[in-house]
Amino acid sequence: MLEVRDLHAYYGKSHILHGVSFDVRDGEIVSLLGRNGVGRSTTCKAIMGDVTPSGSVRFKGEEIVGLRPHQIAHRGLGYVPENRDIFPTLTVRQNLLMGQKQARREGRWKMDDMFEMFSNLRERADTPGGVLSGGEQQMLTMCRTLMGDPDLVMIDEPTEGLAPKLVEQVAELLATIARRGVSILLVEQKLTIALKISQRVFVMGHGQVVFEGTPDALRANEQIRREWLEV
Amino acid sequence: MLELIVFSLLNGLVYGLLLFMLSSGLTLIFSMMGVLNFAHASLYMLGAYLAYTISLKIGFWPGLIIAPLLVGVVGALIERYGLRNVHRYGHVAELIFTFGVAFLIEESVQLVWGRQNVDYREPEILSFPLFTLWGTDFPAYKAFMLAISVAIFIALLLVLTRSRVGLIIQAAITHPNQVAMLGHNVPLVFTGVFGVGSALAGLAGVIAGPALGTFPGMAAVLGSIVFVVIVVGGLGSLAGAFVASLLIGMLQTFAVAVDYSLEDLFAAVGITTSKTSALIDLYTVTVAQIGPILPYLLLVLILIFRPTGLLGKREV
Ligand SMILES: Nc1ncnc2c1ncn2[C@@H]1O[C@H](COP(=O)(O)OP(=O)(O)O)[C@@H](O)[C@H]1O
Ligand SMILES: [Mg+2]
Repeated sequence: MLEVRDLHAYYGKSHILHGVSFDVRDGEIVSLLGRNGVGRSTTCKAIMGDVTPSGSVRFKGEEIVGLRPHQIAHRGLGYVPENRDIFPTLTVRQNLLMGQKQARREGRWKMDDMFEMFSNLRERADTPGGVLSGGEQQMLTMCRTLMGDPDLVMIDEPTEGLAPKLVEQVAELLATIARRGVSILLVEQKLTIALKISQRVFVMGHGQVVFEGTPDALRANEQIRREWLEV
Repeated sequence: MLELIVFSLLNGLVYGLLLFMLSSGLTLIFSMMGVLNFAHASLYMLGAYLAYTISLKIGFWPGLIIAPLLVGVVGALIERYGLRNVHRYGHVAELIFTFGVAFLIEESVQLVWGRQNVDYREPEILSFPLFTLWGTDFPAYKAFMLAISVAIFIALLLVLTRSRVGLIIQAAITHPNQVAMLGHNVPLVFTGVFGVGSALAGLAGVIAGPALGTFPGMAAVLGSIVFVVIVVGGLGSLAGAFVASLLIGMLQTFAVAVDYSLEDLFAAVGITTSKTSALIDLYTVTVAQIGPILPYLLLVLILIFRPTGLLGKREV
């Protein structure tokens, strides 16, 4: 489904990604782990065309490096940004509508599905997104991207700073997404839900992939965990 | 006195809404691209001259539609093939670029139409007094200007707050990258906003030409006022631009109508000023005479006491 090979990216003159390679197969949940600042978000943005990379990204067999972000989104790739980056002045409903790529075109997900899963969002459908709680904003950011009906969605640190109960909700949503046949690239710092729900994990350190394997293999590999993950 | 107030209110409204037709586009362009488009007033001028020529050939009404459309296309081309390429060199380069475009348009207009005023007139059908109060006529053409401006204002409001493209514009102002990654063609939206903003400037020129005159200096005259409007309103704030447009519109029309000087004021409260006083020149200046500088006075005061403008958030 998604094949990233030797991806390099720069911010101005600073070289951030030094040849990142990994892949996500059809229907799979894959986690991209690593400490703050190792380049996981940059990897997602490079894949989405938000940062111009060199190297190769093949999505559904087609090379997408060089395409513009909206073209990549239309190919079926979705990105849920970190920091609950909703549109604060737009209402919850308007935020969700912005996720749709064309008016009145619904795919796997309808607005009602979102409201069904998160009744808070239904209750606050007409309030500006900016006044929602952190947890609600996180759900809204994810739902907004899902409204665009992606076949693969990259979700950037969805559990960051959330209470344990909300982390559970995020895990449930991820399971629902996977059940509907959407592949997931989960970007995380902590192992909590990542090891539980992923089929495979990649660990990044300093702009490169330093480990790939199954969750069990990572559990067993204390050295990698100590060097690249735990504080 | 009542006559003065009623007519100044009406004229101020006409002029204020005309200012908003220019300042709204300029504000939207500024908030999306972060660049003050100095060519905006030249597009206003271009609109008036194009409409003049069209009105000679096929009449006023086709000009009312065609001239703004042409100006809109010119604006879209400026953004697509000019500004977008200059963008990577930063804001200063963009500012200088729009300065260049402004000169280019104004000089070209003078090359084509000459350095004299052109006789662009309102259509026959609108050149009658709509009503007469206390012996003063209110021309039908001004009412027409008012109607067009109000219609544009309502249309703009509806599009921005109710339509899908309006939501995309609102979101793209603060989060352009996010909007693009959701699958919307943000550069195209930018070009569209620039085009529509330019068309509105053109339309303002088309309807203002017969009323305020169609002459080589028209861009400079109105351009500086519009600049004052958006700074006073708060850079990037549409609501601010609206308030400031009306405020400055009223301020200027009222000032022009008030033919009093300090001397008159002193006389009214019983102070007589000596004709030989060193300040006599100051005493005899009438409000009407300082009318044209009032907006700049307001600009300076706002920058000193409220640098973000009336409703703006960012420092200017
Ligand atoms: N917009 C930016 N401009 C310059 N440097 C950036 C920018 N965004 C991130 N970086 C730098 O790139 C590196 C990788 O950042 P990021 O991809 O956000 O890491 P992660 O998501 O793994 O925490 C960091 O050193 C960060 O400081
Ligand atoms: Mg990150």
